Amino acid sequence: MTEISVIAALDDPVRLRLYDYVCGQDHEVSRDEAAAAAGIQRAMAAFHLDKLAAAGLLSVTFRRPAGRSGPGAGRPAKLYCRSSGEHQVSVPPRDYQAAAEILAEVAEVAGAEPAVQRVARRRGSQAGRAARAANLGASAADLVATTLAAQGYQPRLDGSVIRLRNCPFHALADQHPPLICGMNLAFVQGLLEAVTASGMAARFDPQPGDCCVVIEPF
Amino acid sequence: MGCVTGCHIAQLNVGVLQAPLDSPQLADFVANLGHVNAIADAAPGFVWRLCDADSDNATSIRPRGPDLLVNMSVWQSLESLRAFVYRNGPHLDMLRRRREFFRSLGAAHQVLWWIPSGHIPDLDEAFSRLDLLRRDGPGPAAFTFREPFPPPATAAATSTTAPQL
Repeated sequence: MTEISVIAALDDPVRLRLYDYVCGQDHEVSRDEAAAAAGIQRAMAAFHLDKLAAAGLLSVTFRRPAGRSGPGAGRPAKLYCRSSGEHQVSVPPRDYQAAAEILAEVAEVAGAEPAVQRVARRRGSQAGRAARAANLGASAADLVATTLAAQGYQPRLDGSVIRLRNCPFHALADQHPPLICGMNLAFVQGLLEAVTASGMAARFDPQPGDCCVVIEPF
Repeated sequence: MGCVTGCHIAQLNVGVLQAPLDSPQLADFVANLGHVNAIADAAPGFVWRLCDADSDNATSIRPRGPDLLVNMSVWQSLESLRAFVYRNGPHLDMLRRRREFFRSLGAAHQVLWWIPSGHIPDLDEAFSRLDLLRRDGPGPAAFTFREPFPPPATAAATSTTAPQL
């Protein structure tokens, strides 16, 4: 499939809602769960989920419910999760990743990590102030979650900890972890300061597949 | 005899101190060193790390000048090493702060190379790999996380000294 076809597979509001739901979970999602989350019939959820799988946007596994095995245990459930890999279409062709790679390497060679973190913190603060001004949440935690969601981090609550299911800079962070993860942490810290989220702090706690930053009460 | 199923990965990283180790600027580095080293020791895939004769770390080992700290370790796989270096919270936090403690070197500060399992490298071997990386860029005998190379498949290639060219 071309990149355009893959992206076009999301061009349906219900399908996009299902995709976002599956990607935001920390477990593989069944058709029933997805249907309930999207408020649609199971058969329609199955149709859309399989379209997303055919496009390579979701991965499929088959698993029996816990505690069941052997004859009579029933068919394994079909489960969906976010697939690895990225898809991008830009028209006209734009390649900000290529520029980012060069700039990241320059920043490392020049030892500019402290300056990168200062700028990132300032931008996080700006994002926080803008969220407050636009009333994007009733509480500091809401402002944080809304702002991070808008930036693509896919925040989700895990007990009292906010985990981020997606790293918006994944490929770049993979190549330059101390620089990019440090930049990322500084951005989130700036955001927390600007929404006066006292009682919440950001720190590193990388979990497989997630962004390295978590936000938790302290 | 090949290395494909019996390889470990060795790493050396070096850093030039921004200030003496007992200065206030290095206080947090020193304070966290024991904790981070203990995490490494308990991490999946950890095999060995360099320590000096009478401590739990290598900070007193200064093979190339009074300001250069060295750290060397051996792991069962590149994946397990990478997971500790870049996906462990406390270690990643020290990396995030590295400019507080160490100068930017303007040259490669870290090198990876394959060794037969059971081999423990010495600093001569490690620095020959770092020098090779700095001279030729990443290759099968000395490479980086960003440009890794697979373990060698032939007996000749598992020599523990750098190839003479």
